[in-house]
Amino acid sequence: MLGFLQQPVMVTAEVNLNMVALTAVGLLSRLWQLAYPRAVVFDEVYYGQHISFYMKRTFFLDGSGPPFGHMLLALGGYLGGFDGNFLWNRIGAEYSSNVPVWSLRLLPALSGALSVPMAYEIVWELGFSHCAATGAALLLLIENALITQSRLMLLESVLIFFNLLAVLSYLKFCNSQKHRPFSPRWWFWLVLTGVACSCAVGIKYVGVFTYLLVLGIAAVHAWHVIGDQTLSNVRVLCHLLARAAALVVLPVLVYLLFFYIHLLLLCRSGPHDQIMSSAFQASLEGGLARVTQGQPLEVAFGSQVTLKNVFGQPVPCWLHSHQSTYPMIYENGRGSSHQQQVTCYPFKDVNNWWIVKDPGRHQLVVNNPPRPVRHGDVVQLVHGMTTRLLNTHDVAAPLSPHAQEVSCYIDYNISMPPQNLWRLDIVNRESDTDVWKTILSEVRFVHVNTSAILKLSGVPLPDWGFRQLEVVGEKLFRGYHESTVWNVEEHRYGRSQEQKERELELHSPTQVDISRNLSFMARFSELQWRMLTVRSDDSEHKYSSTPLDWVMLDTNIAYWLHPRTSAQIHLLGNVVIWASASLATLVYALLFIWYLLRRRRRVCDLPEDRWLRWVLAGALCAGGWAVNYLPFFLMEKTLFLYHYLPALTFQILLLPVVLEHISDHLCRSQLQRSLFTALVVAWFTSACHVSNMLRPLTYGDRSLSPSELKALRWKDSWDILIRKY
Amino acid sequence: MPPAAGGGLAGSELRPRRGRCGSQAARAASRDVATEAATARSPKRPALPSSRRFEAAGRWALLALVTLTSFASRFHRLDQPPHICWDETHFGKMGSYYINRTFFFDVHPPLGKMLIGLAGYLSGYDGTFLFQKPGDNYEHHSYMGMRGFCAFLGSMLIPLAYLTVLELSRSLSAALLTAALLTFDTGCLTLSQYILLDPILMFFIMAAMLSMVKYNSCANRPFSAPWWFWLSLTGVNLAGALGVKFVGLFIILQVGWNTLSDLWHLFGDLSLSMVTLGKHLTARILCLIVLPLALYIATYAVHFMVLNKSGPGDGFFSSAFQARLSGNNLHNASIPEHLAYGSVITVKNLRMAIGYLHSHRHFYPEGVGARQQQVTTYLHKDYNNLWIIKKHNSNSDPLDPSLPVEFVRHGDIIRLEHKETSRNLHSHYHEAPLTRKHYQVTGYGINGSGDSNDFWRIEVINRKFGNRIKVLRSRIRLIHLITGCVLGSSGKVLPKWGWEQMEVTCTPYLKETLSSIWNVEDHINPKLPNISLEVLQPSFPEIMLESHMVMIRGNNGLKPKDNEFTSKPWHWPVSFAPQGLRFSGANDTDFRVYLLGNPVVWWLNLLSIALYVLSASVFAVAVQRGAHLPVEVEGLSQVLLRGGGQLLFGWMMHYFPFFLMGRVLYFHHYFPAMLFSSMLTGLLWDTLLRLCAWSLASYPLARCVHVLGILSLLLGTAYSFYLFHPLAYGMVGPLAQDPRSPMAGLRWLESWDF
Repeated sequence: MLGFLQQPVMVTAEVNLNMVALTAVGLLSRLWQLAYPRAVVFDEVYYGQHISFYMKRTFFLDGSGPPFGHMLLALGGYLGGFDGNFLWNRIGAEYSSNVPVWSLRLLPALSGALSVPMAYEIVWELGFSHCAATGAALLLLIENALITQSRLMLLESVLIFFNLLAVLSYLKFCNSQKHRPFSPRWWFWLVLTGVACSCAVGIKYVGVFTYLLVLGIAAVHAWHVIGDQTLSNVRVLCHLLARAAALVVLPVLVYLLFFYIHLLLLCRSGPHDQIMSSAFQASLEGGLARVTQGQPLEVAFGSQVTLKNVFGQPVPCWLHSHQSTYPMIYENGRGSSHQQQVTCYPFKDVNNWWIVKDPGRHQLVVNNPPRPVRHGDVVQLVHGMTTRLLNTHDVAAPLSPHAQEVSCYIDYNISMPPQNLWRLDIVNRESDTDVWKTILSEVRFVHVNTSAILKLSGVPLPDWGFRQLEVVGEKLFRGYHESTVWNVEEHRYGRSQEQKERELELHSPTQVDISRNLSFMARFSELQWRMLTVRSDDSEHKYSSTPLDWVMLDTNIAYWLHPRTSAQIHLLGNVVIWASASLATLVYALLFIWYLLRRRRRVCDLPEDRWLRWVLAGALCAGGWAVNYLPFFLMEKTLFLYHYLPALTFQILLLPVVLEHISDHLCRSQLQRSLFTALVVAWFTSACHVSNMLRPLTYGDRSLSPSELKALRWKDSWDILIRKY
Repeated sequence: MPPAAGGGLAGSELRPRRGRCGSQAARAASRDVATEAATARSPKRPALPSSRRFEAAGRWALLALVTLTSFASRFHRLDQPPHICWDETHFGKMGSYYINRTFFFDVHPPLGKMLIGLAGYLSGYDGTFLFQKPGDNYEHHSYMGMRGFCAFLGSMLIPLAYLTVLELSRSLSAALLTAALLTFDTGCLTLSQYILLDPILMFFIMAAMLSMVKYNSCANRPFSAPWWFWLSLTGVNLAGALGVKFVGLFIILQVGWNTLSDLWHLFGDLSLSMVTLGKHLTARILCLIVLPLALYIATYAVHFMVLNKSGPGDGFFSSAFQARLSGNNLHNASIPEHLAYGSVITVKNLRMAIGYLHSHRHFYPEGVGARQQQVTTYLHKDYNNLWIIKKHNSNSDPLDPSLPVEFVRHGDIIRLEHKETSRNLHSHYHEAPLTRKHYQVTGYGINGSGDSNDFWRIEVINRKFGNRIKVLRSRIRLIHLITGCVLGSSGKVLPKWGWEQMEVTCTPYLKETLSSIWNVEDHINPKLPNISLEVLQPSFPEIMLESHMVMIRGNNGLKPKDNEFTSKPWHWPVSFAPQGLRFSGANDTDFRVYLLGNPVVWWLNLLSIALYVLSASVFAVAVQRGAHLPVEVEGLSQVLLRGGGQLLFGWMMHYFPFFLMGRVLYFHHYFPAMLFSSMLTGLLWDTLLRLCAWSLASYPLARCVHVLGILSLLLGTAYSFYLFHPLAYGMVGPLAQDPRSPMAGLRWLESWDF
């Protein structure tokens, strides 16, 4: 019976005090005085806006990255009870009392602090000594740029955290692969790798580079598994499927999940509605949904509609006309038809209303029952306010002379007959008898006489056209392009005045709840596409830099300056660490090539297991640096020093690896080894010293005198702010 | 060039080549081919000399047939249409420039246009046709020489592809299929029939590929005569490819990769001493780096030697460069030597490809600094480049004959007045339009009267104060008096409002970079005597460097304009979207030529790439799992993995880099990749059909599967060519949208517009 009582209940716990200590110091360095400065620092102004949108659940569109990062920051705000009421308009603006600064900055700071013990774990899992592992963690701990970046409401430290987590969990997975495949531990780390990868991608698109690196290394390892002939075919297949599921399928699902939550949270219409399609807008609360609610679904002859261009570049706009005519003679001497202008206008206006008319009849009202317009029908479009007909003819358009002018026809009684018949072409039709539907149908108008297509050329007209956008009839290009496609946004059945009462009763319109019609995948793909293509103004920033400036820290960013004193926060790294990390990468590359060539000639300087360890460390750390750094040379957007931080983290991990390798394998005698150790200690001390000297610029807690500031300006290219009194 | 299959195999002592490329694979495959051939004879067994001669003759006959068909198809109706088509207007014009020896500027290296010019010259074209715009009639001018030359190189593509595939697969049917795909591709055909750079470029690419493959097969006899021959021929063709267009870089990368992996395998062979390895390395450096480089430089030497007259390209180059060109006003220049007040000058930036200080009657738009007149740099010579030097404090006309001549000296405070608009060069504390850290430079004031922000101190680098300033020789800086900044050009291209000229800024950082140093080029002052000046002639390396800088800048400048429908790389392989190029004619009464790949060929290519990836990975996994394949399958899988791998790599190298390019892209950029893709298709289908035949070997008539398969593919492409040939040879009549047109049924995609 009570046999189990005969044994005492034992709990054996191994606590790695190194880890505990590192975590503690990490937390201390990142969390100390976290709420200071109580002012908007640099890009906080930008992330803050998004947090406010989340708090108010207002839809917004941001081209800089997927939503997960912003959602994490918003989570901080939610936990701190932020109501979103703060005007994020100026760097340096004082936070009002309703902004929970501490909790907003908490998540980035925590991720920054946890990166320190994770660096330790990674180097340890790579098979290097505790000493090297501690070294790596300490270097991350005292790196000023990383401290600055994690103490503020910014996303780089979170990105770095997930990058490291992905690498670490993959290493753990790899190491358990050797002993017990398919154990719970094995599964745990494999799944965690996938999740961490998609979190990294979900924070910033650049996270995809680390993901690809991990995927690449996993592919090489999987290839070895395939080659392992001790495993049965079925088992190999299981291995491959498990990896594919965890590293490919799972991240995609998690990524979709981010968007699902994002769209779930942001359910109200907001300032960026206009960029999205009408159908998307109608799925948001308020905004267009309020307007379109209850409007008839099927466009009929006599319908009153506004027509929105689907392309929406340079700005979303509606087909528009107004009393003014085209100038008789343009600036460059060409002539026009002098008829009424037709433009595309980016604001809602009463002049955006058009009436769909049957060419065979004269009435402008909807029959009973309504006669819906179908694909292929010929229609006339009557401008609501001026009752002129949309027309195009063989006259060159004002700014795109290869295309035809589009006008509202005025009969000047000269030999220029009206050409106002348009054939309706529903682009996304399912059959050739499809009915033209509000919002859902994307239609083209093909001119019957000249087969020109109504198109937004997007060029702003000069002053005579009130800088509205030019609309033309495109003759040459007949392929599909979104600028030739329009959709009905607002719609009502036209009623003549005297029949008002009766028609109200008669036309109980087909009601449709559009938001249910748009599936999550449709919303996701539209949102993702718009996010990738939204044009950001790539104007040069005062503190922007080029990738070449980063390696040796030739640039810095001034984040914040105290409004009165000269206390200031800079993104400025520890020069000693940066320089030696770059040097270590170079040394690694040279040593690697040297070993590789010698191994090819069957000279093995390193034992096989050491060599594999050395290669894996290089592939992850040097490779991580390369994939996070080199792509920036091809990017055309504005770049900042903080883009380099993920690459730098990997480079720093490589540093103790190279040092240990040199001490173990290249120092031949005990004396050399001691000398080298002494050198390393001296170097590390100097790194600590530099870190300490730059501390006031990292924390911004102490106001330095101008002479002290000048003394800190070690490179001419550093921009340290010195007040002139 | 005989297909060296028999000789290479039977003659060699078959030293195993450490798993590298061709020979093993080829041996295995050729066994397969040989058993199948009617003569049924293993390569090692001595065979009857007559039957061998018969077989060799058959091979020659097949090659001749392929070549003949390709020439016939390319030269058929070559003279149609007798007017300028599409880019002929550029390249024909440039050919004429060579004949007229007029200097011009183009973003491509010179070799292709030089060859066109040479062809024209030899065929009696006198360079007098203007090549103004597409559609202009050639009239009596002889244009057939140039077209014929391009068509000749275009026809050579097919035998080259044929031989390459033959070498990689050792299978006549694969080679034949490739040749058919390319012969019957309307796109290739169209592109080969006009005065364009593409046939020349593709010729060199394919020739480099063939010689690389040939040289790989010689690897078991290093340092033999054929080995040297093919190696150096590779180098020559690489130089040719790069000399025509910079896209030639891709084939260089491919050959480079091949060489590296080759060296890597040699390096791992412990039986080779370091000395032998050194020899290998040196041979490759000589033939693949030194030789192409020398040839490439030689083309430039010829280019600069031939073009010695001033022409439309002058302004792109530095003053010293222009002095080489006869007819340029700097050639044997006779101008006043020292700058004086009242001189009318042009000011040129010393950094390459920046141009002249320029201003024009347009303002900076709202939101970009102060709304004052734009100041830019401009590469072309233009009246708006002229500036007048004036004293800062007096507005009296210094050219008044009663006043004495007063020279400008180092350290003087001056004003620069723009001659055409009478506004002063001006700067102030406003951000420059693109480089936000710098100050904006504008034209300011009315009729020369402005404010103190118009004052600049003129300084000569490395000279003492008080010295006079020399035209052309003096390197000057202009320092803004009030802000202390230096006039410079950032080299960034302004948006549309600035007419895509380059930004001029005033930089507060006083670093001495070339972009803030200027020299005076033209100098007009009636009061001073003209003195004949010896301008320092630039050395050849300087000219090379300069022209490359100008070309790279030119290429980067070819950005797609806003609202322009640009071709995207992912449209190309499917010939989707508005991706055909209209070569000639638009209306139904015109003679129309439309550049569009034969859809049957192209879609087959696309399918084959997917199929290749699938089948190659199946084989690779099987090998990695240690499966024991039968000998025949082993041989075929080697052909598929090694030979096919090289072709797939070639396709990727010539296609994927375009995704990263920011410049304007056109459909015809895909054609080099398309060649590789067609070769892959030929090789893949042949191999797959052989595999099929092998797996059905127990059934009677199994061999027929292979023969029938190849035959049906051949006939299918030929028939599709029959359908689509009007695209290339030209058509008249209603457009294809019109149901009356004979082409109406062939408009398979709505975006096709023929």
